Amino acid sequence: MTARTLYEKIWDDHVIERRDDGTCLVFIDRHLVHEVTSPQAFEALRLAGRKVRRPELTLAVPDHNVPTTPRLSEDGTRIPIEDPQSAQQLAALEKNVEEFGIRYFGATAREQGIVHVVGPEQGFSLPGTTIVCGDSHTACHGGIGALAFGIGTSEVEHVLATQTLLLKPSKTMEVRLEGAMSAGVTPKDLILHIIGVIGTAGGTGHVIEYRGQVFEEMSVEGRLTVSNMSIEGGARAGLIASDEKTFAYLKGRQFAPQGADWDAAVEYWRTLRTDEGAQFDKSVAINAADIAPTVTWGTSPEDTVAITGSIPDPSSFADPSKQAAARASLDYMGLTPGTPMREVEVQNIFIGSCTNSRIEDLRAAADVLRGRKKADNVKWAIVVPGSGLVKEQAEAEGLDTVFTEAGLEWREPGCSACLGMNPDKVPAGERCASTSNRNFVGRQGPGSRTHLVSPAMAAAAAVTGRLTDVRELT
Amino acid sequence: MDKLREVEGRAIPFGRKNIDTDVIIPARWLKTISREGLGEGAFETVRANEPDNPFDSEEFAGAPILIAGDNFGCGSSREHAAWALLDLGIRAVIAPSFSDIFAGNAFKNGILTVELPQTAIDRLLEVAQADQISIDLDAQSVTTPFQDRFAFEIDAFRKDCLMEGLDEVGLTLSRDGAISDFETGIRNQKPWLARGTGIAA
Ligand code: SF4
Repeated sequence: MTARTLYEKIWDDHVIERRDDGTCLVFIDRHLVHEVTSPQAFEALRLAGRKVRRPELTLAVPDHNVPTTPRLSEDGTRIPIEDPQSAQQLAALEKNVEEFGIRYFGATAREQGIVHVVGPEQGFSLPGTTIVCGDSHTACHGGIGALAFGIGTSEVEHVLATQTLLLKPSKTMEVRLEGAMSAGVTPKDLILHIIGVIGTAGGTGHVIEYRGQVFEEMSVEGRLTVSNMSIEGGARAGLIASDEKTFAYLKGRQFAPQGADWDAAVEYWRTLRTDEGAQFDKSVAINAADIAPTVTWGTSPEDTVAITGSIPDPSSFADPSKQAAARASLDYMGLTPGTPMREVEVQNIFIGSCTNSRIEDLRAAADVLRGRKKADNVKWAIVVPGSGLVKEQAEAEGLDTVFTEAGLEWREPGCSACLGMNPDKVPAGERCASTSNRNFVGRQGPGSRTHLVSPAMAAAAAVTGRLTDVRELT
Repeated sequence: MDKLREVEGRAIPFGRKNIDTDVIIPARWLKTISREGLGEGAFETVRANEPDNPFDSEEFAGAPILIAGDNFGCGSSREHAAWALLDLGIRAVIAPSFSDIFAGNAFKNGILTVELPQTAIDRLLEVAQADQISIDLDAQSVTTPFQDRFAFEIDAFRKDCLMEGLDEVGLTLSRDGAISDFETGIRNQKPWLARGTGIAA
């Protein structure tokens, strides 16, 4: 048999039919739904008199719109959402899951959280499965070895009605990390660096597989962080092969297989590795030792630089369009070329998002903040756990106290300040050290200026009030 | 979906290049729960800033065709852009090129995207000022009352779907047997996969 990549193995296992033009009817194993991209899909089903083919393969949870302030009042009644449109989207989701019989973790459920945190955490996302969601960061689930990608609303409808999608196969791309990471460098730094190297179009049309010893040694949560940002590198999906760590992470979770089923699943998952000699359409090799804690300076996730570096001079870029983009970025960001990154002051700190809101992320941030206080120039600093279960775990470990004693706010789970769709926003013209994944113009609120960083680096910035090399604090 | 064989009528002459999805429908309209009514927000910034814009003119009210410039629909993947055009009554957009995602979203919602060279676009923009334009999907041509005739290419599958008014969901549902067989295979070979959240149909 010809040697196949991990992507090809998963793909081949899900093709129902192939049409002459190469389009394939592909089975979808798992479908995640949130309140923003699903209402029109359910509405279309209703209008056409169609039903959900396999309701048990869809899981719904609200995350984008939910405020991260308390949701229940003292007497246990639900506090209504102020923004009428957000409230309407939540109400629509509630009605739809009820009508179509879909498992739902509502805004006040302890399992509620960001859809990409909830999927793996509940054992709903599994290795070797096809996973889709009307959200581009679905790539996240590739961290457990699933082929996971974002889809549009018509496709959400298509999956609900047929449990399939019409797709053309992607090209394959290998990002290979050679050697080991240096101390103080985290998976977030790694993926920021990778995107800086390949660019935001580097993975377009491809599914990236992250390979090398670094990823084998990395925790499952770290792998989720890496895969999450594949979309920022232009790839619709990222993959990291599952292994014993993945299996240990999933075992015993609510929707994970049990008993004999579990053993059969693990046996199958063990076959899901890229074969020796398999060919990738594109290959990039990066030396892990070269990577320092990394931050962004501009308004594109590829605008990365080591914390030890400075703001680049736009004229230093070879490509004239990149020069123009860099000038516009720096103008928006209010930054001057040549300024050391460590002199950039921040007024806001956001620790959260589907990239960095799992327990290990919160532990990393708390380790830096323990016994320290946030700087006075930091006006707003929030920590938003990725799910209710992460929140419970963090509170059991006393991390919430570490945060609040340091002067940070401890919030309810949701997307929060990752995007300006709920009340958590960065004020215009102010800077935020953020553990999220996009530093686009206005992403964290109109006029907001975002620097993407790891949780430890966000915590370090909270302490000093400027972008800071966390290695100097420990 | 309605069958689309011919589109005939006035065409909105909006020949601008690089119209992104934010221009077609600004982000604040994304919080809706319906596909309907988005026409109100379509080209909102253009309408607000340009009193003479064609979208507000009596003459082009209900026009089924939009003529645009290069790279129409670039930017985000929001399907709301296609819904907004549909809500305006537009069934076909003619431009030198489209963003892939927009073209896909348009097709999924029964909007025909026609790619023609800039010279043809220039001529159509001129005609559109006062006269009707016809698109014959079967013949793959755009014609004017003045003997202009421009041929265009279209993917055979998309053409078929549009002409027959087939939506992708309906098409796939007709493959129910193949999907059921595949599901049986999963139940036999990977029984651990079929359970999902455990809520049965
Ligand atoms: S946390 Fe941010 S990137 Fe992740 S799903 Fe929510 S809005 Fe999207």
